[in-house]
Amino acid sequence: MTNIKKLNISKSLLLDCKQTIKDFPLAYETYGKLNENKDNAILVFHALTGDQFVTGLNPITKKDGWWTTAVGPGKAIDTNKYFVICANVIGGCMGSWGPKEIDKKTNEPYGLNFPVITIRDIVRSQETLLEYLGIKKLLCVTGGSMGGMQSLQFCATFPNRTFSAMPIACSTSHSAQNIALNELARQAVMADPVWDKGKYIKKNIQPKNGLAVARMVGHISYLSEKGMQEKFGRKLQERGDYDFSFNADFQVESYLRHQGFAFVERFDANSILYITRAMDYFDLSKQFKGGLTEAFKNQKTKFLVISFSSDWLYTTKENKETVIALNAAGADVSFAEIKTDKGHDSFLVNEPEFLKTIKGFIDSMHLKFKNEKRI
Amino acid sequence: MKKEFKVIAELLPKNVRVLDVGCGDGSLMDLLIKEKNIEARGLEIKEEYVKKCIYKGLSVIEGNAETELHQFPDQSFDYVVLSQTLQAFYNPEKVLKELLRVGKSAIVSIPNFGYWKVRTSLLIFGKMPMTKTLPYNWHNTPNLHMCTIKDMFNFCNEKNIKIDKILGINEDKTSQIKRSNLEIKNLFSKIGIFLLS
Repeated sequence: MTNIKKLNISKSLLLDCKQTIKDFPLAYETYGKLNENKDNAILVFHALTGDQFVTGLNPITKKDGWWTTAVGPGKAIDTNKYFVICANVIGGCMGSWGPKEIDKKTNEPYGLNFPVITIRDIVRSQETLLEYLGIKKLLCVTGGSMGGMQSLQFCATFPNRTFSAMPIACSTSHSAQNIALNELARQAVMADPVWDKGKYIKKNIQPKNGLAVARMVGHISYLSEKGMQEKFGRKLQERGDYDFSFNADFQVESYLRHQGFAFVERFDANSILYITRAMDYFDLSKQFKGGLTEAFKNQKTKFLVISFSSDWLYTTKENKETVIALNAAGADVSFAEIKTDKGHDSFLVNEPEFLKTIKGFIDSMHLKFKNEKRI
Repeated sequence: MKKEFKVIAELLPKNVRVLDVGCGDGSLMDLLIKEKNIEARGLEIKEEYVKKCIYKGLSVIEGNAETELHQFPDQSFDYVVLSQTLQAFYNPEKVLKELLRVGKSAIVSIPNFGYWKVRTSLLIFGKMPMTKTLPYNWHNTPNLHMCTIKDMFNFCNEKNIKIDKILGINEDKTSQIKRSNLEIKNLFSKIGIFLLS
């Protein structure tokens, strides 16, 4: 794989599972330029199936980066002005240390010998990247969904390493419903005979059917009931009547099949298992003796929590609980709910009210951060 | 800038923590930060106002003061400000108690229904009053619990809420209101500002 920037992380990292790792690759990408004052760096965290290619053409998939709607020259997060950094999560499959990488001990891909990692492990591995890039304090950390969780984790683990934080459509711990949906995705992968306890990777094949179903589950949860009804309704796929078969008669079926099978071309099945597990294990309150209040104590970081009214995966109520915890800790927090029918996916699609809000926040935070640095 | 906001800013000491409940587009917060180096936070129900605050770099939480003040810990602010909104709540008493739980003190302003123009509107014309501070019709007004400065004064006494100061605003004039001049000030003030604790 060419076109992938990789940093070899030589310092050792003690994972939450107690295993120590060192000398592992972290794949990353940057956009824009770090200015002289170093006050314009934004660390973006990607979601479950994202990668480091935030905007522009993804050199591997040859498609637009996952956050092209929000990040780029002249966009809400303007790369003419800001230096945007994004790393592929460990456990992922876009060049960072993950289950498809070669285990030096056995000279074979890790598969299920890869350790179970956590959101904290993911975030801690990325801090090294900031050291490497020479950034002492970020302007902002942000991301949606699992990217939002990483933003919260970053602030809790590295207090005041960022001037501001914008966790989007996320929570401080995974709910039973979130875990259940992730379990559905994992079971779909593991039920595919090709998966073979993760050993498919040595045979250079992929449990496509299981992984596609896992992706379909995800896609249902990213849309709202209303959004789905409006987009597809009962419309039929390129036919006048039912086929009286199990073909994709309905447009919504065709959509899910397309999304599912397009996904298997770019993602590793074992990575889905590991990353969904990391999300399920996420519970910020468990990491601190005093719970969430302790997690956010002494924060000078300015937070903006954003939720979407039709998101049933990470509801407004859950996002507000994050706000309550930040308030209880005396942190500086803002909260906005974007009214939209586009569900959890709202942060990835063109949702003008959302884009205006993030632009307004980041631009105003940049002004404040510049002033702080001047003093 | 509203005269009322200037009066509120003058009432507040420097370098304190203030929660502005129903902060609108953040004009008062802006003023408090610039003039008094106050650490200001806002709570606002209207999405468009919330966004305006965010664009200005102000800290604001989108939410309903009637139901969401519980998220703020006891005595977490030095002052809680509520500008001309008390009358719009279903349960003003509950909100007032919440303000005094969250803040060590509260500044509450009310549009005065005892103002002479309001009184004459009803007395002479027999119509529900419409003024600059009360611009609504009877059927579309958000103001469910209109009251006068005197009503508010009596209410606080009844509920054992300590009144530290009352100011009346009429056009450009601001004056202090006491028990002794309550009747006359209740007639000539458009807005009453109560400092409570």
